[in-house]
Amino acid sequence: MQKTLGIAIAFALVLSASACGSGRNAGDRAGAPAGTAESDLSGRVEADGSSTVGPFTTAAAEAFGREHSGVRVTVGISGTGGGFERFCRGETDLSNASRPIKDEETDLCEQNGVDFVEFHVVNDGLAVVVNPGNDWVDCFTIEQLNAIWAPGSEIDNWSDVPGGDYPDLPLTLAGPGTDSGTFDYFTETVNDEGGASRSDYQASEDDNVIVQAVSGAEGGLGYFGLSYVQENDGTIKAVPIENQDGECVEPSIETVQDGSYNPLGRPLFIYAKTASFERPEVQAFIQYLLDHNHQLAETALYVPLTEGQLGEAQSSLDEALAGAGS
Amino acid sequence: MSAAATTLVAAKPRGRVLGAVFMGYLLLSLAIGFALLLWLLVDIAATGLPYIDRALFLNDPSADPAIAGARPAILGTLYIGALLLVFTVPLGVGTAIYLEEYADKERWYNRLLELNIQNLAAVPSIVYGILGLAFLVRGLGLGRVLLAGAMILTLLVLPVVIIASREAIRAVSASIRQGAFALGATKWQVVWRQVLPAAAPGMATGSILALSRAIGETAPLLLVGALTYVAFNPSLLDQFTVLPIQIFQWTSRPQEEFKVLAAAAIIVLLAILLSLNAVAIWVRNRYQKRW
Repeated sequence: MQKTLGIAIAFALVLSASACGSGRNAGDRAGAPAGTAESDLSGRVEADGSSTVGPFTTAAAEAFGREHSGVRVTVGISGTGGGFERFCRGETDLSNASRPIKDEETDLCEQNGVDFVEFHVVNDGLAVVVNPGNDWVDCFTIEQLNAIWAPGSEIDNWSDVPGGDYPDLPLTLAGPGTDSGTFDYFTETVNDEGGASRSDYQASEDDNVIVQAVSGAEGGLGYFGLSYVQENDGTIKAVPIENQDGECVEPSIETVQDGSYNPLGRPLFIYAKTASFERPEVQAFIQYLLDHNHQLAETALYVPLTEGQLGEAQSSLDEALAGAGS
Repeated sequence: MSAAATTLVAAKPRGRVLGAVFMGYLLLSLAIGFALLLWLLVDIAATGLPYIDRALFLNDPSADPAIAGARPAILGTLYIGALLLVFTVPLGVGTAIYLEEYADKERWYNRLLELNIQNLAAVPSIVYGILGLAFLVRGLGLGRVLLAGAMILTLLVLPVVIIASREAIRAVSASIRQGAFALGATKWQVVWRQVLPAAAPGMATGSILALSRAIGETAPLLLVGALTYVAFNPSLLDQFTVLPIQIFQWTSRPQEEFKVLAAAAIIVLLAILLSLNAVAIWVRNRYQKRW
């Protein structure tokens, strides 16, 4: 027992010793006061919802907090549906959503007297990825993806994939789990029905698991958010997708933004409770989202709004503010 | 007769072999557990040590791993730990004293109470989270605040504290009580001056070990909204996050630096837990041999 105590103490000592020297640029950053601005705003903004939009709102909350240290912005991650459930109870000011609000959710909001405004805040792209050693696919059509991913699909070899001359190699599938907004989005787009997918693939909410599954098998195929492809450059390869105009388009910032990478590029939303617009901190936060859209999207690995999309969002905000003011 | 004699002779070498096999098995199980733990510790330490720095302890979480820290999560964990001690020890020890010293075990309701407490200790932690969401967060209207999180964890570890405290009280030898009663002490005097001091080390150890279990707990806190970006110091009636959840969040980021940060945060969590365990061991050793 004395020895256990000794080990524990030694461990704590090692820790405290190592706390002094380290590689990270801590000295200049640590302890620097977060609030440096002369803002007189205070209060709180409570957001919850999609784990896809979460990083964007969090990046905004972080940057906003640096300018308005009196405002406490919290960003929960309950999923799009979970976020709306809270939002429509009136528990949150903002609801992050990776899809437009559903009718039954609107009904719930109405029942509880929660009016809201929809903001298209940023763009997102889904990427279909294969192993970097895969040199036989240079473009996928949605029909091909549907053949592979449709519920009940039994394709387990590349040679069985329609629409191309593919080698005789086992097809290893990986993708997000059924709880994720990415899964909903992919299945709606590719299989025409949200939630409808074959289930014999390696499912994980953790995109890194998908990366590992695809990079670990020569015949690997998976899909997830575009940002993860950029982060994992080299270990996986993104496949161009034939868009609605019949062109093969590589997933990238530009192609998602200009809409040519479709239908696997998508808008992301923040829903704001109308009643919350009476509070200046909520107004300021939404305005901040729009004013700093480009930097925020870059930080959170998203695709910013175009000028036109920004203009639309701004007019929704102005309208909401006018409504709150009257 | 002769049959019995032969079996007796035959049993000897077989028993020796079995004994050796069993011994080997024991050593193997020890080695597996120990090697795994050691490997885990070394791996985490090697990965995370470079990021154990001032920024980790002082900064808010951030999308930029170069400046991201875990201050709100570390403070959240420490606050929750302190609140847990304040909540569970008086309640748990009180219940234990009642059950051991006052309750009449012949009565059916006391036996039902005991049975319930033992069952509660086996309820999965997520169930306490759902309970907390329904009754504390929404029913009482507390909201997703630190106090609600601490109360849920209190419910979670209370049965464990009660059971440990009862064991400690039961270990106080009956002769102490009888001697005190024989000298004319009242029930209150016996419990307060004799039984409690004698049982205190055991109670403290049990409580601290239960506390360290609660501090590593994630599931029930997810339900009361601890999976939240929080960039301010926690307070009783404010949103909060804790270290295990911060670690969970960091490990699910695609960037490699966040994995390192997660490892660093794991080291901090381990240090907190080991310090708690060290305190438990110290308390036991320091106060155990009073009589």
